[in-house]
Amino acid sequence: MAITITEPAAQHVANFLANRGKGIGLRLGVKTSGCSGMAYVLEFVDILNDDDEVFVDKGISIIVDKKSLVYLNGTELDFVKNGLNEGFEFHNPNTNAECGCGESFSV
Amino acid sequence: MALLHIAEPDKSVAPHQHKRAAGIDLGTTNSLVASVRSGSAGILLDQNGQDMLPSIVHYAEHGQVLVGRDAQPFLDTDPLNTLVSVKRLMGKAFDDLKNASLPYELSAHESGLVQIKTRIGSVNAVQASSEILKKLKARAFDSLGGELSGVVITVPAYFDDAQRQGTKDAARIAGLHVLRLLNEPTAAAIAYGLDSGKKGLIAVYDLGGGTFDISILRLQKGVFEVLATGGNAALGGDDFDAVIVQWIIEQSGITHTLSFVEQQQLRQIACLAKQKLSGQKTANIVHQGLKITLNLSREILNELISVLIGKTLRACKRAVKDAQINLLDIVEVVMVGGSTRIPLVRDKVSAYFQQEVLTSIDPDKVVAIGAAIQADILVGNKPDSEMLLLDVLPLSLGLETMGGLVEKVIPRNSTIPVARAQEFTTFKDGQTAMLIHVLQGEREQVKDCRSLARFELTNIPPMAAGAAHIRVTFQVDADGLLSVTAMEKSSSVQAKIEVKPSYGLSDNEVMQMLQASQTFAEQDMATRMLVEQQVEVRRVLENLNAALQKDGVKLLSEKAYDAIKISMKNLSNIALKNDVKAIKNALKSIDKLTEHYASLRMDASIKQALTGKSVDEI
Repeated sequence: MAITITEPAAQHVANFLANRGKGIGLRLGVKTSGCSGMAYVLEFVDILNDDDEVFVDKGISIIVDKKSLVYLNGTELDFVKNGLNEGFEFHNPNTNAECGCGESFSV
Repeated sequence: MALLHIAEPDKSVAPHQHKRAAGIDLGTTNSLVASVRSGSAGILLDQNGQDMLPSIVHYAEHGQVLVGRDAQPFLDTDPLNTLVSVKRLMGKAFDDLKNASLPYELSAHESGLVQIKTRIGSVNAVQASSEILKKLKARAFDSLGGELSGVVITVPAYFDDAQRQGTKDAARIAGLHVLRLLNEPTAAAIAYGLDSGKKGLIAVYDLGGGTFDISILRLQKGVFEVLATGGNAALGGDDFDAVIVQWIIEQSGITHTLSFVEQQQLRQIACLAKQKLSGQKTANIVHQGLKITLNLSREILNELISVLIGKTLRACKRAVKDAQINLLDIVEVVMVGGSTRIPLVRDKVSAYFQQEVLTSIDPDKVVAIGAAIQADILVGNKPDSEMLLLDVLPLSLGLETMGGLVEKVIPRNSTIPVARAQEFTTFKDGQTAMLIHVLQGEREQVKDCRSLARFELTNIPPMAAGAAHIRVTFQVDADGLLSVTAMEKSSSVQAKIEVKPSYGLSDNEVMQMLQASQTFAEQDMATRMLVEQQVEVRRVLENLNAALQKDGVKLLSEKAYDAIKISMKNLSNIALKNDVKAIKNALKSIDKLTEHYASLRMDASIKQALTGKSVDEI
């Protein structure tokens, strides 16, 4: 299993990285946010950490730390438009309950 | 469904805590809103994919207010109730405009502020501007997933206190949190990233639809100082169209007077031809009703408009002279405004400043983009290393001392926000009051400076002359607005004044407008917040229940388990009441209480996932 990215998401990430002018890739992660939930992390990456794993899909380096990978394995990152709003969405097969907003989840 | 954006490293925030900000270019003819998403600044579009919102407000029958393209058709059919270019009236007194030829019925408010008579009653520029801002706010809300922490609004560099305060009031009425106001030329410079670049002098040439502005900025240690501004409030793309229309009439030998509709049509045809000629060498001009078929070449266009461009260059020359700088010391020239797309404008400006001009960012959008970048920094989405841009005080602030002299408290070019205090004393034995006269200017004598405000500090205990210590504090906030406090130290008697510009609105008046604004925005927002919090409570309780059932007993001590249960019960009780603050606090405390449990669960599930796997597999 691995982490993958859809074509539209890859294009947007490539544009955002080019626009930013620096950065080696995109970090996907999770962090605890109290309650019983976990929240997704989506960040630019400038420096690789020791416990990071790198997946390359459609030309984008996707960086995930080992602890987060347990929760994210098999995840696909998508870019969607919803009316005027647009942004990234995690398609994560590991979740069993997602909060209505899609920003936090539990396993 | 909230969609995610890419954050800077280590700048991810908890769910529902995103800090989304927008930049607003509140223009005379058109307005725009932009935002930084995933590190890139872009214009937010409306439902129809349009970027610009025409700055037109129509007060329709039955109290309906139409803004932008919806209001446009009423310019012809109902001009008295359709307001355009209200920015020109912002912060202006009736007396300032008595002789201006405006198509409205103007009157004076008791404060002196100009008002326009419409079918819903008298409306001022602040109220009309707030309608435009409401429309942009709704667009930003929809585009940013309902999260908007604050906005940066741009204003012309020459806007005085009254005009700036008016703009802030309009934002307040629209229910927007203003992070700060930003000078338009400064915003354009930021869009090009000049704030992080070399220090030096920057010229911003802004030729819009109806106005021309030239600003000379000095950049030093990340601070932009406006050295000089100049321009012409009645010179822009519309004047270019007018000379083309004149040419069409002359060439086609029309002698009869044109109807209003025909004039409008010709103006549109002229405008289209002008735009075409920015990309190609010739453009056809056809009007079937008037039997016109002409061919306009770029050479002829250049001839027609060169006089107008010459006017802008003379204003540039004056600004350079006012700034007391050497033309060749200017390191960058930024082009702003749709009319700077015209090749001849670029060539002439480039020739005058003797360098290549910056045109890579769309000149219609560059100001909004810069404002969005600034807003993003101000809400804290950027690493701390990126410097916060500051403005400087254009003139010294001080107060009157004995003999009609001015004692400066904050010198000009101090970076704002700033607070300075100075001590003064009484002049006479037993003096119990002191008049504080606040002044602005560089001259030494009161009569040569501009008077901003006067107030009295009373109830000073009687003392010998010179024995009282009166501390006067001047404070200027990030938008350049001043408040002055005076305090006698032994008795702590205090007096304070917020320096309101002469034609500004009092807080009361703004409050009244807030109440009168027919949107019930505040009420809606309160309801919305409450419902959101109640939903959040349900979500938290559900998740917690599920988690506790699964492994609560296994992972938690009895005491901890009970504590969580009790606080859950507590939370569900509080959620029934309509107190947003209490719910928020209860949520916060349960979040804290369960933090440890959440990390125990995470560790446990990692252990589970790793059991039976060799080190190489992970």
